[in-house]
Amino acid sequence: MSAAPELHPETRRPARFKAQAAEALASPRLKLALDRTAGNAEAKRGAAVAAFPGFEAARVRGAAIKDHTLRHLDHYLESFAARAEALGTKVHWARTADEACRITVEICRQAGARSATRSKSMLGEEIGLPHALAEAGIERVETDLAEHIVQLAGDPPSHIVWPAMHIAREQVAELFAEHHQTPQDPDDVPSMVESARRVLRGKFLGADVGISGANFLIAETGAVCTVTNEGNAELTTTPPRVHIVTAGIEKLVPTLAHAMTLLRLLARSATGAEITQYTTFHAGPKRPGDLDGPEEMHIVLVDNGRSKMLGEGLEEMLRCIRCGACMNHCVVYRQIGGHAYGGVYPGPMGAVLTPVLQGLKESRALPQACTLNGKCAEVCPVKIPLPTLLRGWRIRSWREGLEPTTVRAGIGLWAFVAKRPRLYRLGVKAALPVLRIFGRKGWIEKAPLLGAWTDQRDFPTPPRGGSFMAQYKAGRRS
Amino acid sequence: MTSAERPRIGLFVTCLVDAMRPQTGFAAIALLERAGCAVEVPMAQTCCGQPGWNSGDEKAARDMALRVIEAFAPHEHVVAPSGSCAATIRDYPELFEPGSPMRARAEAMAAKTWELFSFLTDVRKWRPEGVSLPASATYHDSCSGLRHLDVKAQPRKLLAAVKGLEMRPLPGSEVCCGFGGTFCVKYPAISNAVATEKAANIESTGADLLLGGDLGCLMNMAGKLRRRGSKIRVTHAAEVLAWGEKASALGEEGAA
Ligand code: SF4
Repeated sequence: MSAAPELHPETRRPARFKAQAAEALASPRLKLALDRTAGNAEAKRGAAVAAFPGFEAARVRGAAIKDHTLRHLDHYLESFAARAEALGTKVHWARTADEACRITVEICRQAGARSATRSKSMLGEEIGLPHALAEAGIERVETDLAEHIVQLAGDPPSHIVWPAMHIAREQVAELFAEHHQTPQDPDDVPSMVESARRVLRGKFLGADVGISGANFLIAETGAVCTVTNEGNAELTTTPPRVHIVTAGIEKLVPTLAHAMTLLRLLARSATGAEITQYTTFHAGPKRPGDLDGPEEMHIVLVDNGRSKMLGEGLEEMLRCIRCGACMNHCVVYRQIGGHAYGGVYPGPMGAVLTPVLQGLKESRALPQACTLNGKCAEVCPVKIPLPTLLRGWRIRSWREGLEPTTVRAGIGLWAFVAKRPRLYRLGVKAALPVLRIFGRKGWIEKAPLLGAWTDQRDFPTPPRGGSFMAQYKAGRRS
Repeated sequence: MTSAERPRIGLFVTCLVDAMRPQTGFAAIALLERAGCAVEVPMAQTCCGQPGWNSGDEKAARDMALRVIEAFAPHEHVVAPSGSCAATIRDYPELFEPGSPMRARAEAMAAKTWELFSFLTDVRKWRPEGVSLPASATYHDSCSGLRHLDVKAQPRKLLAAVKGLEMRPLPGSEVCCGFGGTFCVKYPAISNAVATEKAANIESTGADLLLGGDLGCLMNMAGKLRRRGSKIRVTHAAEVLAWGEKASALGEEGAA
């Protein structure tokens, strides 16, 4: 298990989920930003799926491609590495987050880099790369607009596709006015984008190293596929002398055709587009005669808990193509946003992954903070049974004694009584009249032990005539 | 009469209907009988085990599953006026080792268990007759029934046969109401935020009634609506189907 990447502010942690959620709920600005971005994504995805009758079949195919690759991961990793090396790419293997950072920083040092451009990569966040670069004194230039915004705000990403989705454009205008030192108009988004472009362009071109993630690693050819909507990955990876790709080992696919199938699912699920705006294949460093391209290309293949997931009933989670649909459609995420989760990955997929990355003891609250309504699994383009996996963590948490004593005692008492029908009926018979005492006009507005419910909503007064079973036993039939 | 003509149904009352809303249980009996079934209520039942199952206490869930399977052994079908409890019973096989004798029994139990509206429509091909309710209503699709058991069209087909009842679409009818069983008391603040949005959507329909098929969700939404001062009445669709205009709403029975 790797060390937790440093998050800002330092106190934000999965273990503080409840307090962080309360903070998020108190922010109307956050809710506005969430509804704008995730609400929009939800609507667009809905339209894209409705317009694509083959979507369900594509999901089945997508899941099958991932499952097949994961079952033969060793084989495909070897073949990918061999092909990539043949193209002149240097392949590195990292077991942990720390190892991955060390390798990446070392490549930067060897290249004599003072600054590195980065295009958005959740894996980079997962392994704590921004922090590692800062420690090594390497300036980090984010080329993705949203990453640039969160960098200025000093925040980690709050969504895996729109890292800055928690920041409303009014706040972006404030940040840009301060950091770009030019006045900004929050209603003129194109001019704000232009402002970022002006500031960033010079830095893109001056960087020695470009670091990107990968959406797909193609075993058949050794190529790396990245997709963006801004074209920034090209800017990260082409002008600098050295290009470093950091990628999780689950990004592997057998062939280009498989990548294309998944790409269509990814684009529709993430943004509702038929295909991403910019799809780039990087196949090794510049060859003699090539017009552009980096002189050196490195790929850091990161495990960081993934091979362990394969053996622990979490293999389905490795299908994830990081589209963000599960969080866009999650009622909990839509109320609290990404930071409340306190880990790198938020929402349903984050609630499954964070216990892998930061340990269940630290993150037991995340799999609990879910109504198990199943919407995430319904929209997931690779059919990951997210609620089942969340339940799996709950079972583990129970077994390992991580659940609070109050919960254990409550469930213990319920189980003891529920297993004894006669005792159960006596309990119900005793409890109902007591509850009725607190009823006024058919509703209970406040009662001891009911606070978690009645603080925010009324509770119906139980029936006058006793429970169903009591009435049925007494002969009532209709 | 052979069992094919008059199937023997075990009613799974559900713990919430038992304690909080007996009428829903009696409405279910009435509907099943009108649909030509012989209904029995095994006294050994308490709860489907969901509180344990969703809290991660697999052993408690398994113990409950064993008891439920035993209690309903004689019945041809098990019907519950709740998608959530029926879905939990459909999940019972997961609690037992594949290939074990208990697994086989759990599978048989799962296969014969139905949500009430789905059973009336899909199995019995039944529609209500002679029920009327001059009112407007909207319908919330509870998540387990919707996603686990494909309950969506069935209650609407049944309600379409109620004379005078005007059904209005509910914006976001498939979005969770924030109940989530123990979730609503473990994370009350989040649950409340979700329920608040749901209540606003329900109010936007201007309907007289909110209907649904799961008492937990209905109590959550009704409680939120009332706290907001809304006049919308909330009840289980089974009661409307059984009694039409004579059906009461949550909070009305307890009032007397
Ligand atoms: S779990 Fe599924 S829906 Fe969520 S990000 Fe991954 S692929 Fe997308």
